Amino acid sequence: MTVEERRLDGNAIGGLLREIFTMEMTAAQTTCAGCGAINAVGRVVVYADAPGTVVRCPECESVLMRIVHGGGRYWVDLTGTRCLEFAEG
Amino acid sequence: MGFISRGFRGKRRDVASSSRVPPGQYVVTDFPVLSAGPTPRVNLDQWTFTIQGEIDEPKRWTWKEFAALPSETVTKDIHCVTKWSKLDTVWKGVSVDTLMDGIETAAEFTTIFSDGGYTTNVPLDDITGNKAWVVYEFDGQPLQPEHGGPVRFFVPHLYFWKSAKWVRGIKLEKEEHPGFWESNGYNMYGDPWREQRYWGD
Repeated sequence: MTVEERRLDGNAIGGLLREIFTMEMTAAQTTCAGCGAINAVGRVVVYADAPGTVVRCPECESVLMRIVHGGGRYWVDLTGTRCLEFAEG
Repeated sequence: MGFISRGFRGKRRDVASSSRVPPGQYVVTDFPVLSAGPTPRVNLDQWTFTIQGEIDEPKRWTWKEFAALPSETVTKDIHCVTKWSKLDTVWKGVSVDTLMDGIETAAEFTTIFSDGGYTTNVPLDDITGNKAWVVYEFDGQPLQPEHGGPVRFFVPHLYFWKSAKWVRGIKLEKEEHPGFWESNGYNMYGDPWREQRYWGD
């Protein structure tokens, strides 16, 4: 499969985000720091087979999140997400 | 007796490979593709390779100039931080020593940069001295886009995320600046033999 064929949507990281935020996050709204587009986590673009998980804006392809999980730790970079809005659990 | 010789051959093979496979790694025979984003479409007519940063004047090659530089074919083992290793991979390209020839710099560090915005940091000493290449052929064939073609960086003694795909140049730096993965959990240096996968390893 090509890289494009293995590209996933945000539902693929529902489990990973639940580990981090301890709640369901696929309906959360991300605002892209690059272009300002607002998308539900379930609609973003995910590259899951890199050394970490790379989440990109479906409109402009900017990186929204980088998540690395290893050695008993998580590293979560939300620089590319200007705002993450989600309902109380 | 056939039973004994089969066992003996198997054991010898294990010993031979373990001396070449860093801790925590397993050997693959295919070539996994790992990508942090879409595969860029690189037009070689507009492609350049640039050495910039701590240098009087940036040095730049067009693809035509780059392809005319002396090339080397090297056979190396590669080690991905996601734990696969691939032995005896054959690459053709230009040694970084050739590119750095005649360059004077106060830099001790570098950032390798690529189309698509990917970066990775490597000490200058780790890309000079016959340790790194800028490659355009794998296994005798032009390097495929999914593996970083037309041109990728190749520094096989470090984890393979340092061998940036779709490379466009080297920035020479006095200080170390973490790259795409190094700024979010992955090790600044990435020596597979010391299992330097994450921050603090």
